[in-house]
Amino acid sequence: MFNDQEILETWRMFQEQHLDVRTITMGISLFDCATADSEKTCQRVYDKICRKAEHLVSVGSDISLEYGIPIINKRISVTPISLIAASGDTSDYLCYAKALNRAAETVGVNFIGGFSALVHKGCTESDRRLLEAIPEALATTDMVCSSVNLATSRSGINMDAVRDMGHIIKETARLTADRDAFGCCKLVVFANAPEDNPFMAGAFTGPGEPECVINVGVSGPGVVRTAMESVKGADLGTVAETIKRTAFKITRVGQLVAREASRRLNVPFGIIDLSLAPTPVIGDSIARILESFGLETCGAWGSTAALAMLNDAVKKGGTMASSYVGGLSGAFIPVSEDEGMIAAVEGGHLSLEKLEAMTSVCSVGIDMVAVPGDVPASTISALIADEMAIGTFNNKTTAVRIIPVPGKTVGDTVHYGGLLGSAPVMAVNPQSSEAFISRGGRIPAPIHSMRN
Amino acid sequence: MQERSKNSAVITVVGKDRVGIIAHVSRLLADSQININDISQTIMDDVFTMIMMVDLEHMTIDIKTLADHLEALGHQMGLSIRVQHSDIFDAMHRI
Repeated sequence: MFNDQEILETWRMFQEQHLDVRTITMGISLFDCATADSEKTCQRVYDKICRKAEHLVSVGSDISLEYGIPIINKRISVTPISLIAASGDTSDYLCYAKALNRAAETVGVNFIGGFSALVHKGCTESDRRLLEAIPEALATTDMVCSSVNLATSRSGINMDAVRDMGHIIKETARLTADRDAFGCCKLVVFANAPEDNPFMAGAFTGPGEPECVINVGVSGPGVVRTAMESVKGADLGTVAETIKRTAFKITRVGQLVAREASRRLNVPFGIIDLSLAPTPVIGDSIARILESFGLETCGAWGSTAALAMLNDAVKKGGTMASSYVGGLSGAFIPVSEDEGMIAAVEGGHLSLEKLEAMTSVCSVGIDMVAVPGDVPASTISALIADEMAIGTFNNKTTAVRIIPVPGKTVGDTVHYGGLLGSAPVMAVNPQSSEAFISRGGRIPAPIHSMRN
Repeated sequence: MQERSKNSAVITVVGKDRVGIIAHVSRLLADSQININDISQTIMDDVFTMIMMVDLEHMTIDIKTLADHLEALGHQMGLSIRVQHSDIFDAMHRI
């Protein structure tokens, strides 16, 4: 039996501290859908997703109800479409995005990820076609998310693709200008992209993944924030220990949901991603956790150290709770989705440069950052290059999800609503990187890539 | 330690104390053949909390209906009433 204290602790986590399972993401391999006839491939893609994910949403809702655990999103990730479409007879990949969107609508999921290409060493013809189709695909579908892996620690950084992505992001922004460049919220570029990430916009099912798999992402910044209140004034070792214990409990909840979902759907369990993912709700912020360490505002000196410790403690607690931890795992620091981050930017305490430094120790990167619409494509590419370098040269995953909002400038705020929140437009260093980006080519892999 | 059946759940009632909380909740449970294994009440931070361990083995309704009924009762009495499968507490507090 449990004692009252334990039961109330759990009750508070769900009722007052916004603990939730952020997503159950079903990974579906589409390799067997590829044919030489693109139209037929699209039909097979649609059919397979609908078949595999038929019960995903209802099973998620049942589990949510029985255990009293809010499960916010049900999502699907698929094999990168550039791999599936390669042998087809069309050069316009928009049809694949539409097929994915239709399937997502039919099964009732929130998002579907995998309009993706892995181009860290170079582009195939098919990758090139996929990249070309990204702006229109994101402008004409609602639920399709797109990701591009531009770099790995093993192969270096594909600077040709980095250059192209600057233009693709700008074009996506232009085509969705009427919705404050909403298309860019569904597009992310990676270094060292995980193949089992359940979080959007970066989820895709890597070529090494099984036929069908369940990956679960848990959340819970509010729970960590509350736990911090019990260690006011304690030394940082005690703080790390407290976070670790809390992460353990959160991950066990995710593990339970993953196990049940896997059993009921008869699909193997892949990984738990134990990222602390904020939401715009008050009390569900990563920035506020960092501030509870003793920083006046997120962005003050010490923020990187605090985030490094938080990220590491979350991972340590999580790995004790589940043998299969994967995805990104750590702490997310998206600006628009975090009430404390927004406040820090609006107060002038958190710059893009400090955010970049913080990404060197967090689990993703420059995420959900709005910048003025007139920032040149080459500057966006250069910002991506910096972030890719942090990931590539430090053997970690980094990403960029940046939104150059047409017609908006520093001081403006754009509102996306829901989990995506509101993004204050951030200042970008106006100095040009044009000549650097136009060189193209590849940045060679770092010396420590040679570990064989 | 009492043996728990595989189908046990925890009902938590949180809110302002008033007459008849136990009576109302247990009547609702009895109507659906749900056995109460244990009840405890405490006042924490001025908030009344009641915790019930129940056995759903012979329950005549499904858990969704039970959750709906409890929520409706809670709404009527100005309380928060939740039912959660006990596995969740096992996962969180037991290794």
